[in-house]
Amino acid sequence: MARKPLDYEELNENVKKVRYAVRGELYLRASELQKEGKKIIFTNVGNPHALGQKPLTFGRQVVALCQAPFLLDDPHVGLMFPADAIARAKHYLAMTPGGLGAYSDSRGIPGIRKEVADFIHKRDGYPTDPELIYLTDGASQGVMQILNTIIRNERDGILVPVPQYPLYSASISLYGGSLVPYYLEEEANWSLDFVNIRQTVAEARSKGITVRAMVIINPGNPTGQCLSEANIKEVLQFCYHENLVLLADEVYQQNIFQDERPFISARKVMFDMGPPLSRELQLVSFHTVSKGNWGECGQRGGYFEMTNLPPKTVDEIYKVASISLSPNVPGQIFMGVMINPPKPGDVSYPKFTAESKYVHESLRRRARMMTDGFNSCRNVVCNFTEGAMYSFPQIRLPPRAIEAAKRAGKAPDVFYCLKLLEATGISTVPGSGFGQKEGVFHLRTTILPAEEDFPAIMSSFKKFNDSFMEQYEGYSRM
Amino acid sequence: MRRFAADRARRAVAASLRGAASRSAAPSPHPPAPRHPAYPVGAAAMAAAMSTAAAGAPPVSLDTINPKVLKCEYAVRGEIVTHAQNLQQELQKNPESLPFDEILYCNIGNPQSLGQQPVTYFREVLSLCDHPALLDKSETHALYSSDAIERAWQIIEKIPGRATGAYSHSQGVKGLRDEIAAGIATRDGFHASGDNIFLTDGASPAVHMMMQLLISSEKDGILCPIPQYPLYSASIALHGGSLVPYFLDEEAGWGLEVDELKKQLEEARSKGITVRALVVINPGNPTGQVLAEENQKKIVEFCKNDGLVLLADEVYQENIYVEDKQFHSFKKIARSLGYTDDDLPLVSFQSVSKGYYGECGKRGGYMEITGFSPEVREQIYKVASINLCSNVSGQILASLVMNPPKAGDESFESFMLERDDILSSLARRAKALEEAFNSLEGITCNKAEGAMYLFPRLHLPQKAIGAAQAAGTAPDAYYAKRLLEATGIVVVPGSGFGQVPGTWHFRCTILPQEDKIPAIISRFKEFHEKFMDEFRD
Repeated sequence: MARKPLDYEELNENVKKVRYAVRGELYLRASELQKEGKKIIFTNVGNPHALGQKPLTFGRQVVALCQAPFLLDDPHVGLMFPADAIARAKHYLAMTPGGLGAYSDSRGIPGIRKEVADFIHKRDGYPTDPELIYLTDGASQGVMQILNTIIRNERDGILVPVPQYPLYSASISLYGGSLVPYYLEEEANWSLDFVNIRQTVAEARSKGITVRAMVIINPGNPTGQCLSEANIKEVLQFCYHENLVLLADEVYQQNIFQDERPFISARKVMFDMGPPLSRELQLVSFHTVSKGNWGECGQRGGYFEMTNLPPKTVDEIYKVASISLSPNVPGQIFMGVMINPPKPGDVSYPKFTAESKYVHESLRRRARMMTDGFNSCRNVVCNFTEGAMYSFPQIRLPPRAIEAAKRAGKAPDVFYCLKLLEATGISTVPGSGFGQKEGVFHLRTTILPAEEDFPAIMSSFKKFNDSFMEQYEGYSRM
Repeated sequence: MRRFAADRARRAVAASLRGAASRSAAPSPHPPAPRHPAYPVGAAAMAAAMSTAAAGAPPVSLDTINPKVLKCEYAVRGEIVTHAQNLQQELQKNPESLPFDEILYCNIGNPQSLGQQPVTYFREVLSLCDHPALLDKSETHALYSSDAIERAWQIIEKIPGRATGAYSHSQGVKGLRDEIAAGIATRDGFHASGDNIFLTDGASPAVHMMMQLLISSEKDGILCPIPQYPLYSASIALHGGSLVPYFLDEEAGWGLEVDELKKQLEEARSKGITVRALVVINPGNPTGQVLAEENQKKIVEFCKNDGLVLLADEVYQENIYVEDKQFHSFKKIARSLGYTDDDLPLVSFQSVSKGYYGECGKRGGYMEITGFSPEVREQIYKVASINLCSNVSGQILASLVMNPPKAGDESFESFMLERDDILSSLARRAKALEEAFNSLEGITCNKAEGAMYLFPRLHLPQKAIGAAQAAGTAPDAYYAKRLLEATGIVVVPGSGFGQVPGTWHFRCTILPQEDKIPAIISRFKEFHEKFMDEFRD
């Protein structure tokens, strides 16, 4: 019987190699349990609205109006929508003659890209070119497009932090490249160690790998650390010296939960350093509407900004973008509103500010609660969530637990997370999904469950963990 | 600068003129990316610590990027469009500078950009789903029709936590998929399952996913119609596979002959290509033909016998303009032949961008997959999950398209009026343009039975071909450029879609508003007559 083209054996090997644990084994098991009626707390993905976070009203009002422009002619519209939302809807509709229903420029609506450029200028103090800003259906699309542009074959290596958000490892697999891991130092607050990084690069090169790019995720996912200016300078110098393009994933730039290290963009640091580096180092920066205080994951809005890429390369990137015609227009409008929110004096400003502040401060409190909660558990050590939306506690599994996992045919952290799920309904992602040092185990959870549910969740976790540790370690040696 | 279109043109000219060398086309200027002015070195100047960059090509330059990216092409937004945009800018600055008042983009199936209105009911529902807080307000009834409010409630209830801003299931919201499956079942008379549906940001990402799955190397071939919508050629190139062309028969109304499929399949196999799938676009793009049922049955049997995946691009299923033809989905045909879910790997693509709804900017669509193993489904799910999910508003719209208002609904009558108005207007425009093209010397044009395009053939005089050669472009690209510069009308040269070597076409949409059509026709006629006068042998 002839092999059929969609038989498993016939599939593209690169597809088979891909792993994306965020919606992998744990998530599927959690979904099964949910179907059976168990209450599940999904903390596997940074999906704020799914856990009760409310959308920021202004953005929704603007898009709702753009969606149904005939409302703007209705005399009652002022009763239902504030004047500035109405004005903003008209502002965006004027930018796109076909409204939400027409393919826009493949790079995104020029007027919105200009707004993004203004935002970047204001944030960093350096102007940027809207022509080099491409809007995408979420930042992930942008990351994938850029990686696909860079990776030619399996000898092309991409430096990726470990632990990392597995979009990077999955995309590199998919495009047939090589992931060159650099380990973040957990004991030093997940910092970068350049001695280690240089070694890693040398090793990769000795195996015939051409290291092409370096990814930084700042603030980090899953680790949450915020890079200092000095850190970023080191990264930039390293990339410059080693002739790498820097891919700066900055999607969590609005989620900062400490004051010592506010967000500073790679681009700003680069321009602060001045020429020749600022003129030559190739940089692509990514942002999204899915995180921050907005959490509008379902809209699929994002952008990437290119710095110092040759015009012909930009053309090729444009060409590939044009094959998919255009990013979704409502998502583009969300991006516009996010980076150009209501200002003092606008009718919606007080409400907008109150809503954003509420989200931000609550996240900040939850970051602290979760870190402290984990640190109060036996055999659990957890770095503080300085930024982003996750907690990545280290679970020091006793040898007997590791053996039990082996007998069950599971990786130790998967074993632990499955047991946690079955006992408490808390659905996490095992650390192996993100990468970790050999023999060191973690799980990733989010800080997103509702604040009022936190005490119960943390105590449920502690109860499970401490009894798990008792089971596999015996009584605590206090 | 869209160099790739010039490259393709160069190859086409070289191929069809048997070794005549051609000078490179002067590419249209691309505004160069401004180099950043020198910024004052900040307090953090690290001059002492900085060493010069490693020698060698910068990491992301034309020499060092993925060659598959370089190879792929997409003419629909290619060189001619860039040129048109430049002319448009000129017109804005200096309205009198050109022999026309406006650029008319007939290059792309983008109805709402040319004035087509969205379906009111759909937009009402979407607007409410965008801002569900409205559903709690009594004033909402003053602004929105009550069945739209009702429908929005139903939809919101299907979304976990009523959170339209959350990532959904990676295949799309289950309740919406089930609704779409019900719509498919109603359409076809055969069962469909929501579990077989993957909602995507438009149909294009779904096509990419399948190409990714099927193609491991250039030894993997995909049978594609020529002429084809260049998403297919671009996607195959991007994924490193081989396009195996099968030619549609222009003399027979762009008919698809299974003998031609067999011939091309054998030839490809003899060259060591493993042919994995057959792409069929029905109704056709750019050709507009609607396949007859008998034809479709033979195609299904062909795929079954030769072990090919059938990739059925059915995005124009609601754009049929002739009374003697009807849309039959390939799924329906396969089921009516007695093939069950397990017998035949079939992927059917649908989109919210076409039909009478024309919601291109929303990026909504899906693929319905039947006939493959659970292990393979798992892989497809895995790839879909990397991007987490498609945009939720687009998912909602797909469910509205596949399950529109029914008789008895409050909005049904006005909905049907809007729908019929748009479809009948499209049919009239298709006819008017087809007749106009056929009335001209040196142009023959098959009827557009469906879709949104006409694909007239240019029987160009030798002199015109010579002039094109001298200019270093393909004859159809030359014609299209001259047309643009004389009239402001933007069409896509046939070489962007593929054509029998030595034949020339262009693709023109039927989408400009109906009241503009007479002026377009007369401008076109004037240009064409002058062109023929200039180049008549």
